[in-house]
Amino acid sequence: MTATTEDQAGQDQAGKTGAGRHIPDRLTSPAARALKSWEMLLFVVAVAIFIANSIASPYFLDPWNLSDASFNFTEKAMIAFAMAMLIIAGEIDLSVASIIALASTVMGLAMTAGAPVWMLVVLGLGTGLVCGAINGALVAGLGLPSIVVTIGTMSLFRGISYIVLGDGAYTGYPEAFGWFGQGYVWWVFSVELALFVIAAIVFGILLHRTNFGRMVYVIGNNATAARFSGVRVERIRFILFLLTGLMSGIAAVCLTSRLGSTRPSIATGFELEVVTMVVLGGVNILGGSGSIPGVVIAALVMGLVTFGLGLLNVPGIVMSIIVGALLIGVIALPRLWAMWRK
Amino acid sequence: MSILKKALTTAALATVLMATGAHAETKRIALVVKALGIGFFEAAAKGAEEAAKELGDVEIIYTGPTDTTAEGQIEVINSLIAQKVDAIAVSANDTDALVPTLKKAMDRGITVISWDSGVAPDGRLMHLNPSSSALIGNTIVKLAADHLPDGGDVAILSATTTSTNQNVWIEEAKKVLPNYPGINIVATVYGDDLADKSYRETQGLLQTYPDLKAIIAPTSVGIVAAAQAVTDAGKIGSVNVTGLGLPSEMAGHVKSGASKSFAIWNPIDLGYAATMIAYNLSNGTAKAEAGAEIPMGRMGTVKLDDNKEGAMADPFTYDASNIDQFSSIF
Repeated sequence: MTATTEDQAGQDQAGKTGAGRHIPDRLTSPAARALKSWEMLLFVVAVAIFIANSIASPYFLDPWNLSDASFNFTEKAMIAFAMAMLIIAGEIDLSVASIIALASTVMGLAMTAGAPVWMLVVLGLGTGLVCGAINGALVAGLGLPSIVVTIGTMSLFRGISYIVLGDGAYTGYPEAFGWFGQGYVWWVFSVELALFVIAAIVFGILLHRTNFGRMVYVIGNNATAARFSGVRVERIRFILFLLTGLMSGIAAVCLTSRLGSTRPSIATGFELEVVTMVVLGGVNILGGSGSIPGVVIAALVMGLVTFGLGLLNVPGIVMSIIVGALLIGVIALPRLWAMWRK
Repeated sequence: MSILKKALTTAALATVLMATGAHAETKRIALVVKALGIGFFEAAAKGAEEAAKELGDVEIIYTGPTDTTAEGQIEVINSLIAQKVDAIAVSANDTDALVPTLKKAMDRGITVISWDSGVAPDGRLMHLNPSSSALIGNTIVKLAADHLPDGGDVAILSATTTSTNQNVWIEEAKKVLPNYPGINIVATVYGDDLADKSYRETQGLLQTYPDLKAIIAPTSVGIVAAAQAVTDAGKIGSVNVTGLGLPSEMAGHVKSGASKSFAIWNPIDLGYAATMIAYNLSNGTAKAEAGAEIPMGRMGTVKLDDNKEGAMADPFTYDASNIDQFSSIF
């Protein structure tokens, strides 16, 4: 797509300089398109929220406070990148929060058995991969609908945690393990924030600059056509579930480290917040379109809104109303705008 | 003219100085609850406001997450740390998960105490129990036994499996069971502090144990749902619902007879006491040490044990004789 865009731009140039009637290949220039894009709209919203917050609270523009606030979204956003690819491919994974619970429980079990820190991390990521593989096998292997499968595994994975832990908790993780969720790379930049940036770059390249990413879009737009074109649809779906599982495993390591403890109720409700982030980021819930930069900005928007309102001590109930209204507003606005212009 | 101008300027300046001076001295105490919109905590907030009024130079920030999650509470506490409040008094959703965040708060000079539902000792200066767990455990069994002179089957409807409070109380209740001959606990079920789930769990209990004589629900959400389920099943008189609840929510069920009596400490007193303690610790007028006695205004003093925990008062029993008086308060 990128290559053809450049070609068309070249033809545009030729058309303009050459004699005769000019037939435009597209009605708007790339610059104008970027200006009108979803990401731009979101970016404007993010900047507006940032400015409003700075005016509303004297505590907002403080590097340490902003750093603390980033923990509100980093873990969820890391999963949201993988979830965005999954949704673009026309699938969904609602078991991500339960994968966190199970991965955290496995790490807790290993910790009580005296496993070293590196082993905890390996087990956390490994559990995520195994859970992702189970989801992937059921969806890609057996051809079951992903929403049904992952609603099932959502109960299954967390259920195992409840059986293992009951009303107990694993506490007393080694001091060094705290680095992932409480440590800082440099000054106010936390380890989690660094992981968020790395994940954003990796997933941005994977989706927008590789054949794999192109195939994800193709599958989301028309899986049957993709299959007839020789795209290995099942294999790609399986890999996407693996990736989502892996990112949930990374989130589990971060969250467990940040809380310094494991309970089976850990990360309750994260799945909906992750999906909200993805949809707010402009990913079509029916698949086929969306971008990683959009999800990055959506994560920032959600983080800024909740932190800003928190600073003003707005009750959480009002906060969720505002986040809900924001989601509907941002999604409905372009539609309304298009209708009004007609 | 110039004299007038000078006088005005001085007056204006003085007002500004006084205003900023007063602002700087005002102590901002945050009352962080498990979740907003729960009657019990709204009542505690009333008590905190009462304490603030009595103290004069205190501003209460009443806040909490939407759901009873530790993650939500951490977000709230992070924003309080950012605002540089003077003290945080928290009723925790998770004993351990809040510790790293609360430690950070204490590192930045904020006085942190827990009340109602506690935090592990590392994460707070002290913990204020509404009552002692042993007393509550005993009270909830006694409430059921009082109306069962010949004994009988009793079931417990709790909140979530991870609720610190409920689990300790049930443990204590089971310890004193031998003191109440004939009382037999047949099951413990969990309604997750959700009205509909608690209702369904109660229906399950009524079907599974036809001889059930009483349901003990040591949770304000569960007891109402259980009383409703018993009423709907037409079992008023044969199954007595008791436990811990709010007078305003239980008044109807006490009058209908679905619940003969129940107990609760006064959440207004609890919010009041937590605020008084936070104020005194933040001011340095009291120190949170094992054995210390910390003043709580009209509630007297609280004595801390080796874990730096203290009990405020005994739970109080409500029945048909006093329900009207209290149902209008909380």
